[in-house]
Amino acid sequence: MAEQTLKVQKIKNGIVIDHIPCGMALKVLKILGIQGDIGSTLTLAMHVKSKNGLKDIVKIEDRNLDERELDKIALIAPTATVNVIKDYEVVRKHKVVVPKVVKGIVRCMNPRCITNQREPVEPEFTTISTEPIVIKCKYCGREMDSEDIVENII
Amino acid sequence: MLKGRDIVTINELAREEIDRIFEVAREMVPIAEGKKKSKLLDGYILANLFFEPSTRTRLSFEAAMHRLGGSILGFSNPSATSLSKGETLADTIRMIDSYSDVIVIRHPLEGSARLATEFATNPVINAGDGAGQHPTQTLLDIFTIVQEFGQVEELKITLMGDLRYGRTVHSLAVALSYLGAEVHLLSPRTLKMPKHVIREMKCKPEIHEKIEEVISDTDVFYVTRIQKERFPDPTEYMKVAGSYVINGELVKKMKSSAIIMHPLPRVDEITPDVDTTKHARYFKQAFYGVPIRMAILALVLGVV
Repeated sequence: MAEQTLKVQKIKNGIVIDHIPCGMALKVLKILGIQGDIGSTLTLAMHVKSKNGLKDIVKIEDRNLDERELDKIALIAPTATVNVIKDYEVVRKHKVVVPKVVKGIVRCMNPRCITNQREPVEPEFTTISTEPIVIKCKYCGREMDSEDIVENII
Repeated sequence: MLKGRDIVTINELAREEIDRIFEVAREMVPIAEGKKKSKLLDGYILANLFFEPSTRTRLSFEAAMHRLGGSILGFSNPSATSLSKGETLADTIRMIDSYSDVIVIRHPLEGSARLATEFATNPVINAGDGAGQHPTQTLLDIFTIVQEFGQVEELKITLMGDLRYGRTVHSLAVALSYLGAEVHLLSPRTLKMPKHVIREMKCKPEIHEKIEEVISDTDVFYVTRIQKERFPDPTEYMKVAGSYVINGELVKKMKSSAIIMHPLPRVDEITPDVDTTKHARYFKQAFYGVPIRMAILALVLGVV
């Protein structure tokens, strides 16, 4: 435990996204739109041993997540938990839930799908499997896995 | 039962609904043949929106509407419409919806028929959306089989040719498996049925590469065209396509009750000498497009 604490420092205020499937932390950052300096401390740990096997952890200081962002995380890291930290204490704990309908957060990967044209509709998918994650376009029927989702997050 | 319904994919139709469409289509046959007159759709307007070329589908919808005394507006060349000015499909649909009672749409992009249903208050019938769905074709294919054999259950049906890109064979394979047919797939290795289609089928099909394996005991041959442009090497095309041709010689090896179907247009995959044999049904199949579409129009408009 002491060793673990040394590796991943506690944060004062912000969020801890824990239990990310091993190897997915960079993709979590990508879908949160974090590309460079965000003006606060961000800690990323990959390949961390835990009692449920290997996982990744992301800690972001002075940042909160809205529901849309939680849905996005759920799509690529369905096992993740999001802890909200205030004064070094966990004040809230969310288990992300894969939404049954994914609306407006992913675009269809099929370039010939009508939703990729200038039409007044939001791309919409139904979740047809959660492990592994597979979503299906309501319009063209194309199925997308987690790799495809990361590449097409809006 | 189907009044006001959109027909976008075949999967959305329940077994009883398909049976009802066939029942009405059977009543429509003499009207489609011109032997009986009907004014069933007198006063109704069909908007026939063809954003890409089509012969059979467009003309059979037109014939269906005319035979039932209805009127048609529409286009078969979108460059002459305001779409070429950059209007969205959504706006086109909203406008045409207010001019008509039912919309038929063929569009090159996948998902366009589904989108149209969201902007139309009247029923929308998908007449093919890109590589996606073409439910009225699937219905007329199954109707042809049912008219010939009385049922689909336990028939040995071989889908052959280009099973990879051929739009009609994907939804047909899935529908046939749910209706209890024994489906066999015959294609060159490079043009196999996509895995996602096989996953959707109720019973796993048998896969073949040689026509000899199925020729003597198949009840229905559903032949599709192997397109030259799928092969970078023309000699490879000649070699491959040649082994999936139905000719007069091959027909002699078929069961005497076997039938041959084809969604048309046919090029070289069925030789003309087969046309006059007792097995040929592809022109009959094309004709059935009319009564099937008459039935669908009458049902979604709620007049039967």
